[in-house]
Amino acid sequence: MHPKKIAAIKFEVLSPQEIRRMSVAKISNPETYDDDGFPVDGGLMDTRLGVIDPGLKCKTCNGKAGECPGHFGHIELAAPVIHVGYAKLIARLLSGTCRECGRILMKDEKRDKFIKEIERLKALGQSYEEVLKEVFRLTKAAKKCPHCGAEQREIKFEKPTSFYEVIDPETKEEQKLTPKDVRERLEKIPNDDLPAFGLDPKAVRPEWFVLTVLPVPPVTVRPSIILETGQRSEDDLTHKLVDIIRINQRFIENRDTGAPQQILEDLWELLQYHVTTYLDNEVSGIPPARHRSGRPLKTLSQRLKGKDGRFRGSLSGKRVNFSARTVISPDPCISISEVGVPIEVARELSVPIFVTPNNIEIAREFVLRKESPKASYVIRPDGKRIRVIDSNREELAEKLEPGWIVERELMDGDIVLFNRQPSLHRMSIMAHYVRVLPYKTFRLNPAVCPPYNADFDGDEMNLHVPQSLEAQAEAKILLAVQEHILSPRFGGPILGGIHDHITGLYLLTRGERKFGKDDAMDFLRALDLSEIPAKDEYTGKEIFSFILPKISIRFKAEICQGCAVCKEENCENDAFVVIENGKLLKGTIDEKAVGAFKGIIIDEIVRKFGNAAARKFIDDMTKLAIRVITRLGFTIGIDDVDIPKDAINQIEETIADAEKRVEELIKAYREGNLEPMPGRSVEETLELRIMQELGKARDRAGKIAGRYLGMDNSAVIMAVSGARGSMLNLTQMAACIGQQSVRGERITRGYAYTHRTTSHFKSNDLSARAKGFIRSSYKSGLSPVEFFFHAAGGREGLVDTAVRTSQSGYLQRRMINALQDLKVEYDGTVREQTSGIIVQFKYGEDGVDPMKSYRGKAVDVKRIIREVMEVKG
Amino acid sequence: MRLQDHILVPKHEILKEEEVEELLNLLGVKKEQLPKIKASDPIVKEIGAKPGDVIKITRKSLTAGVSIFYRLVVE
Repeated sequence: MHPKKIAAIKFEVLSPQEIRRMSVAKISNPETYDDDGFPVDGGLMDTRLGVIDPGLKCKTCNGKAGECPGHFGHIELAAPVIHVGYAKLIARLLSGTCRECGRILMKDEKRDKFIKEIERLKALGQSYEEVLKEVFRLTKAAKKCPHCGAEQREIKFEKPTSFYEVIDPETKEEQKLTPKDVRERLEKIPNDDLPAFGLDPKAVRPEWFVLTVLPVPPVTVRPSIILETGQRSEDDLTHKLVDIIRINQRFIENRDTGAPQQILEDLWELLQYHVTTYLDNEVSGIPPARHRSGRPLKTLSQRLKGKDGRFRGSLSGKRVNFSARTVISPDPCISISEVGVPIEVARELSVPIFVTPNNIEIAREFVLRKESPKASYVIRPDGKRIRVIDSNREELAEKLEPGWIVERELMDGDIVLFNRQPSLHRMSIMAHYVRVLPYKTFRLNPAVCPPYNADFDGDEMNLHVPQSLEAQAEAKILLAVQEHILSPRFGGPILGGIHDHITGLYLLTRGERKFGKDDAMDFLRALDLSEIPAKDEYTGKEIFSFILPKISIRFKAEICQGCAVCKEENCENDAFVVIENGKLLKGTIDEKAVGAFKGIIIDEIVRKFGNAAARKFIDDMTKLAIRVITRLGFTIGIDDVDIPKDAINQIEETIADAEKRVEELIKAYREGNLEPMPGRSVEETLELRIMQELGKARDRAGKIAGRYLGMDNSAVIMAVSGARGSMLNLTQMAACIGQQSVRGERITRGYAYTHRTTSHFKSNDLSARAKGFIRSSYKSGLSPVEFFFHAAGGREGLVDTAVRTSQSGYLQRRMINALQDLKVEYDGTVREQTSGIIVQFKYGEDGVDPMKSYRGKAVDVKRIIREVMEVKG
Repeated sequence: MRLQDHILVPKHEILKEEEVEELLNLLGVKKEQLPKIKASDPIVKEIGAKPGDVIKITRKSLTAGVSIFYRLVVE
C-alpha cells in the first residue's frame, strides 16, 4: 500500500444532515447500563457506537474492543440551541443582515468591494480580520435595509448565548430572541452575502451555528473505567451527555402534555446551559458544570486546551519507553563521556540486537546467559515477543536465526542519551557511554555539570536508550559529550573544571612547590601514563605537564592582579602562564586555564588535537585535581575570616568616616547647598552621592580586611583562583555587608505617613543606618534593624529569580516556535523551510558558525601568526 | 533633510532589472520569497522605489564589517 499524501486540510461546519448521515444510532435514553450491566439500546453506551468492554462486539462493524474505532451517534434536540463557539459570529450576522429579508445591510457594490478585499488578503495569506470588523461596524450602523427598506432594530448580544432585540430605542424595551428565532433569521441570509462575513457558502450555512441535532462521540472517545470497588465510573463527557438527554426528554414530555409556556422556556434555557457546558465548561458568565464531588467537568474544549490538552499534552509531547529517571551524584573517576547507571536501571532497560549471520553467536550467548547482561526478550520475525526465562532459554537459543531480534539488558559501553530539564540548549541532551555501577543514582563526572546546569542537591536526570543502529550511530557521532566541549554560543569551551578541580590544580601548580615521589605517584596513579621519568622529587608544574598534550601557549591567569606593566614570565604572583611544547614552565593553573566557560588550555587542545584529546585531558585533569586536593587537604572554617583587632578598628573608623560624610551631604542638602548633577534633581543627586560614599566605604573596609587575609587563606585561594566565591563575599563575611537595596535604591519603604523605614528612626531620617546600610559583617552578626533591611534586600532577590525564570521560559517557548523552521542552506542563506522565504542572506551576516569560530571571531589571527613563527624558527 | 545622510540609516539603492534577475537566479527564489519592505516606508519614498522593485541595503555589521541585504517593496 502506498502511503497517502495529504494535499490540503479544510475545516468546515457540520450540517444537521451530515451529523445524521454519519450517525449510526439515535440516542434518546438517558440510561447507560441495565441491571445486568449490559449497555442499553439507544443509550449512551449503545453497542452500535463501538465497544470498550472486552468480550462484547460492536453492532456496527462487528469488531471487538480495540479493533473497532467507534462510530458516531446523534441526539435529536427537541428545541434548537446556540453553539457557544459561534455565538460571536451569530451576533455579527444578526446585526449585519436585514430582519425582514435577510440581506446584508449594505449595497451590492459595496459588498462586492469588501468581498474582493477579503479574497485578495486570503490569496496573500494575510489576516482579513480587520476587514470583517469594518463590515460589522458599517452594517451594524444601518438603520434601514437598502434592499427591502425595512426598519432595523439594534441587536444586543449577551454573553455567552443570549440575544435581544431593542424594540424601542426610547424606552429601551427589549425582546429576547429565542434560538429558534435566531435560526430562522440566519436561514434567510442568501449565499451571495456570506463571503462578506468571511464565510464560504460552499462549506457553511449560518443556520448550522444553531444546533438542532447533536453528534454523540463514540464510546471509545469517552471510555468508562472500573474502579477497584467494581463500580463503574463514567467519563465526564458521558455525564454531560446524560444531562443533555435527560433535559431533552423532559422538554419533549412537557411539550407533548401541553405544559405552560414558562416551564418550557425554563427547560429550554436549561438545555442551552447543558449543551454550552458540554462544548466548553470554562465560558465566562455561567457557572461551570460540576461533578458530584464538586470538581468542574472536563468537557470537549477542556480536552483540547492548555498544557495538558490534546495538542500540547498528547500530540506535541508524549511519554516514552526505554527511559529512566533518578537522582544524580558525582563521580570524578569516570570519564566525562560516561554515565554511571544503577544495576536496577540497567536490568530494566534493553537494547535490541538485530540478529545476522555475523552476530548470531553473540546473540545466542546473551540468550543463554543467566546473569546480567542477559537477554530479556526475543522477537520472532512475525513480531511475536517471547520473554526469555530459565525454562525456555535453551530452546530459544536453538531456534535463533537471522531476522530475529534479541533484546538484551543495558551494559557497559552502550550509548545512551542523557538529559536534564529545562532543556534550554542543545547541550542539555548529550550522549554518554554506559557504566553499570552499584547503588541507585546516575553518576556523572562533575566537569559535565556546567552544560546541564546540574548540581547534586537532589537534581534528577533522564536517560534514553536509542533503539536503532541509526539512532545509536547518530548519538555517537553528533551527540557525544566530546562533540560539545566547544559551545555554539560563544565558540569557547563550555565544559571544564569546577570548584575542587580548580583549587586542586592551583595548589599543585602554584609556585615551585615540590612533591616527594610518594605524593607524586599517588597523584598520577589513576591516570593512564606510560612514561614517568624516575626522580626523587617533582615540582607541581612537572606533574601537571604529564597530562598536557604538546601545546604551546602564553596567557594571564585568573589570579593576575592587573599590574600597570605586565612582567610576563617574571610575574611575582606566578600569574603569567607559559606552556611550551606541553611543558608548564611558568604560571599557576586556575579558572582561566581549565575552568568551564573560560578554559584557555582546553580551547587550545580542542583546536590543535581535536575533541578526543580534549576529552582525555579533561578526564585526566579532573582525576589529578581531585587526588591532589584530597591528599593535600583543603578546608575553610569560621576563623578563615578572622581579622585582628587592629583591622576591625580601622574598618570601624572608615565606616564612621563615611557616615560622617553622609551626614555632611544631608546637611548640605537640607541647607540647599547641594549642587545637583547634570540631568538630576537635588534629591537624586543626594541619593547617588550617598550610595557612592557608602559603596566606597565598603570597598575600603574590604581592602583593609583583604590585607589580613593572605594568599595562604583557603577562602582567599578559592576566591582568587575562581573556584568558588568572590572577594566581595569575603569582604561581607569579614568586614562589612554594606548597603542593602530594593529596586536599585536605598530602602525607602516603610510606614508611609511617618516618612521613615522603621520605628527606630525619626521621620525623614536620611542617614546611612536609617536607609539600610549594614555596617556589621556576617561574622560579627547583624543588629535587629540591620537584619530587617537585609531580609528586605534578600526578598527582592528571591522574587526576581522567580519572575525571571518564568518570563524567560515563556520567551524561550515563543522564540523556539518562531524559529524552529529556519535552516542555514548550503549557500549560506537562512530560509524558512516550507515557504522558502529568505530570512538572512548570509547567516549571522558573516556566515560564521560560532562553534567553529574562535570565541565568536572568524579567525584567530594571533594564533596563526604564532604557529607560522613556530614553523619558521 | 535627506534620511540617507543620517549615520544610522544604511545605504539604500534600487536594483536594476538585470541585477534583480541575476540575484533571483543566484538564490533560486521567486521575488515574493525575499524579505519585504513597505512602500510607505520613509526611506523607500525617498529613493523613489515602487512596489515590485528590489532594494539593496548595505549595512555596517558588527560581525562581518559590511553586510548586504535585499528587500522587495510591497504595498
